[in-house]
Amino acid sequence: MNWFRDKVLPVLTVVLAIIALWYAGAIALNAPWAYDKATRTGENLTITTLIADTWTQDKPKLPTPDQVVREIWKTTGAMVLRGRTWSKRSLIYHAWVTLSATVLGFALGGVFGILLAVGIVHNRAMDMSVMPWVIASQTIPILAIAPMVIVVLNAIGISGLLPKAIISMYLSFFPVVVGMVKGLRSPDRMQIDQMRTWFASRWQMFWKLRLPASMPYLFTSLKVAMAASLVGTIVGELPTGAVAGLGARLLAGSYYGQTIQIWGALIMAAVLAAILVGLIGVLQRVTLKRMGMLR
Amino acid sequence: MSDSDGQGNAVIRAENLSLTFETNDGPVHALQDIDLTIGKGEFVSFIGPSGCGKTTFLRVMADLEKPTAGTICVNGVTPEEARKSRAYGYVFQAAGLYPWRTIDGNVRLPLEIMGYDKADQAARVKRVLELVDLAGFEKKYPWQLSGGMQQRASIARALAFDADLLLMDEPFGALDEIVRDHLNEQLLKLWAKTNKTICFVTHSIPEAAYLSTKIVVMSPRPGRITDVIDSPLPAERPLDIRDSKEFLEVAHRVREGLRAGHAYDD
Repeated sequence: MNWFRDKVLPVLTVVLAIIALWYAGAIALNAPWAYDKATRTGENLTITTLIADTWTQDKPKLPTPDQVVREIWKTTGAMVLRGRTWSKRSLIYHAWVTLSATVLGFALGGVFGILLAVGIVHNRAMDMSVMPWVIASQTIPILAIAPMVIVVLNAIGISGLLPKAIISMYLSFFPVVVGMVKGLRSPDRMQIDQMRTWFASRWQMFWKLRLPASMPYLFTSLKVAMAASLVGTIVGELPTGAVAGLGARLLAGSYYGQTIQIWGALIMAAVLAAILVGLIGVLQRVTLKRMGMLR
Repeated sequence: MSDSDGQGNAVIRAENLSLTFETNDGPVHALQDIDLTIGKGEFVSFIGPSGCGKTTFLRVMADLEKPTAGTICVNGVTPEEARKSRAYGYVFQAAGLYPWRTIDGNVRLPLEIMGYDKADQAARVKRVLELVDLAGFEKKYPWQLSGGMQQRASIARALAFDADLLLMDEPFGALDEIVRDHLNEQLLKLWAKTNKTICFVTHSIPEAAYLSTKIVVMSPRPGRITDVIDSPLPAERPLDIRDSKEFLEVAHRVREGLRAGHAYDD
């Protein structure tokens, strides 16, 4: 019972408050359109008919939660039941397209980020020359880079998964570099002196001290990188001519004013991000527990 | 120093040793004209106020700092060669155990680095953990141990490989008095058993007087040796020797030496 009072009740209260605000917001934002329609048809709106109308419009400014949930069910569960999971109209199909590019981009960004960090920590010239570029790379808006990457790679015959993964990598390597550089440098002066008293090689210093010491930093930055990967992929899907993926769904939705579809895709992206970041969290707990670093 | 002048058995021999750090506020004379010989099997304490260079001197022996003038030999060779041949074990102020390794793994670490084979590693870990009374704690992680036990594990780690020289930089400085007394007693037993040469940096007059065969009193600005005291205490030292007349005399002379060094400031 205490568990319910301390853990479930507060969360439930916040969720209910958000839903209530959402419905109220839908009334406020969709009311002008309802009044418009009423004037045209000469109808007289009472409070109840007004509210009923604002919550059931086809292209509302702000769709209600139940509209979004129904849209998601229509494009996921219902499609599965009809055996059309991989149809172009299925959100599962689009989420899969986005997921595969995200995971590939994340893997590329993770590996690239770790390698860069190792180089930066071990080589003074790299530290001085590479770090400024790494930081500069993130000050350029990804929206400006994405179409160029797509077009350039398309010109040399590469299209589909890889260009999106590269854009995703462009965003995700950054937190990994920053986190890993900090992590690999986290051993203090004394620990490094101690290694020197044993005449340890640089390789032993890296393998036995720096790398294990960097693990908590690595996982924290991987979580940020995973979220950035997803954003990168979605942005990469916008200029592909809206073929497939959650980004394409967002773009198509905004072309045709399908706000419900946009929100459906948004919620799907959020769920995807939560699952992916959650998976890293599990990996973090398991790894640190095995290393004895979790009490 | 008459008892350790034999050419063959000098473990540390420093002559006119100086070390000056160049800082933004001008040069700092951390060590100036240090002459000292330490014989095999001695237990030498370095005592003095902060900034007197006692830790710096220890770091020079360990090749963690380079002297700017004079010569120093460790085991008859330069500190760098001594470090490369892993001639000493160094115990730092903090235990510095790796949180991701068990006690066994931590003591094993230098052995792995030095390339001892697996069976030898296991035998050595077992032996040194028994030596510091930590048998049975192999599988524990450092955070599961008290501060005193962690420092004992770090001493075990420094003893695990074949170094005859043990350099200790205020190893018990962060521990409370009761634990410190206990560890001092254990350290003396360990020294008697292993026959190592120990250089021990401390802030504490009783600690220096209780442990040492030789006490080197140092003073700051510039860091130099003001007195070298050969202890008259017998090799066998129960804790209550600290109430004896000889002990008090040694402690008194150390205090005098420290005071003489401080007069320089006023």
